[in-house]
Amino acid sequence: MINKDQVKHIAKLTRLKLTEEKVNKYQKDLTKILHYVGQLQEIDTKNIPPCSGGTDLKNVFREDESGTRIWEESQKLVDQAPSKQKDLIKTKGVFIES
Amino acid sequence: MKLNKLTITQAHHRLKKKEFSVKELTKDCLNEIKKQDSKINAFITVFEKQAIKQAEEIDKRIRVQGVDNLLTGIPLGIKDNILIKDTICTGGSQILKNYQASYDATVIKKLRQQGVVFLGKTNLDEFAMGSSTENSGFGPTKNPHNLEHVPGGSSGGSAAALAGQMCLGALGSDTGGSIRQPASFCGIVGIKPSYGRVSRYGLMAMASSLDQIGSLGSCVDDAAILLQAIEGKDSLDSTSKQSDYPIKIPELKSLKNFKIGLPKEYFIQGLDLEIKELIDKVIKKLQGQGVEFVEVSLPNTKHALACYYIIMPAEVSANLARYDGIKYGLSSAQGKDLLDVYLNSRSQGFGEEAQRRIMLGAYTLSAGYYDAYYLQAQKVRTLIKQDFERVWQQNIDCLLTPTTPTPAWKIGEKINDPLSMYLADVYTVSVNLAGLPGISLPAGKVNDLPVGCQLIGNHFQENKILQVAKTIEKAVFVGLTKNG
Repeated sequence: MINKDQVKHIAKLTRLKLTEEKVNKYQKDLTKILHYVGQLQEIDTKNIPPCSGGTDLKNVFREDESGTRIWEESQKLVDQAPSKQKDLIKTKGVFIES
Repeated sequence: MKLNKLTITQAHHRLKKKEFSVKELTKDCLNEIKKQDSKINAFITVFEKQAIKQAEEIDKRIRVQGVDNLLTGIPLGIKDNILIKDTICTGGSQILKNYQASYDATVIKKLRQQGVVFLGKTNLDEFAMGSSTENSGFGPTKNPHNLEHVPGGSSGGSAAALAGQMCLGALGSDTGGSIRQPASFCGIVGIKPSYGRVSRYGLMAMASSLDQIGSLGSCVDDAAILLQAIEGKDSLDSTSKQSDYPIKIPELKSLKNFKIGLPKEYFIQGLDLEIKELIDKVIKKLQGQGVEFVEVSLPNTKHALACYYIIMPAEVSANLARYDGIKYGLSSAQGKDLLDVYLNSRSQGFGEEAQRRIMLGAYTLSAGYYDAYYLQAQKVRTLIKQDFERVWQQNIDCLLTPTTPTPAWKIGEKINDPLSMYLADVYTVSVNLAGLPGISLPAGKVNDLPVGCQLIGNHFQENKILQVAKTIEKAVFVGLTKNG
């Protein structure tokens, strides 16, 4: 069970703005899904190590060399930014001006 | 015969004999897209002009070098979560509708070297999250076998493009069944390789410990040819691995001394009876070929889906944090401060399923719930892996199961009940959790809709499942694939 306040709290953490209607819908959906996945809590996993990911490789190393990426490519990345000033990405202020 | 109907192998031989040009082949595919895709919606972007230009260049290259690779001149569809340099890549999401890829994914680089033609980018559930392609930000894809039904998902666009004969092969990605399930629903062959066989560099990350790029083909050989072209270790993806068992195009050989396991947990209630009958038919025919079948048990199968729907959303919530309206993609200028930009951009840009999974993941990872959900799921994942390891110790060559419990459902039927949609992945998710290879190939039809059977192999044992798949194609379900 997840209540509406919890849904609002998670939405805030994940930077989603929800209408009251969406809060209601997600509260129902998530409750149902959490109830289903909650079945795992009944499994005895004493002494079972948690899986750490998809690969069995450990400590993959490479030489610490500078790459060959060219300026054109980094320029393309900067060009994607919705708001820019010269080659800098521009954002709105973090704090509201009083 | 129109050239878009050919298999990759057929087209290859005829290109070699100079019976037609790459441009003619490409044009037939583009014409088919024009004719059909307004109804099917398999493509988000079609590279009409670029594909012709690319075809002309490859024709030129052929005049100098000849048809030097199996894929030279072959027109393909690419799932729209794989980057092709200087083209739009949406991930099926409105949040990236204008995003231009600045580099090629490693698989694209490899295909380019082979001289393929990229026809366009295929539709998918938003960021590959879904089992029906209805969650796309660009409208649902329809199943070419019956336009009222879903093509499966999330690689539904790739599967439908191929089943609709709009391309000769396609790439997809599979996190919990996203290649195998649509291959099953659309009557084609789809391979999800072992985790690490194919580089994920340039694939939009959904759940990084589960994602793999794989191939879709209209016969077993075609899917194998494509996989062979894209496999290999890549320094840009440190989870990729050089395999001691490189992909071979399977030859029809005796399966005497082959031992195939039938996991009993895959044949219980919930499985459509007609699908079960089709699987029984495969078993009987393969027994006639000398294959020994043994019942095996994967006791944690019943927990696999719950385990998957904790681990996957947890990774999704982390991976999708990057879409913030600042660096690229949709950005809402409304609001007064930075927080408003985040909130507005993400709420407008992400569809419902993406939002649901982001929140679900954030919840199961948060303090107070982490141990009960995420940590417990990672322990269950270990149990699921151990189930398979025990089976391989019994000298089992591979497992045979249904790919899906039912044929394709009607568009809209499950969209309002996410949990019922998730259950469609019940036979495919364990393979991703354990990092194993799986293939789905046509097993027949139920109510005139295709259904597939699935072969699961041990780590990097794709060649074994390809071998069995080839026999099934040639000796059991003759005529169901283009090569059968």
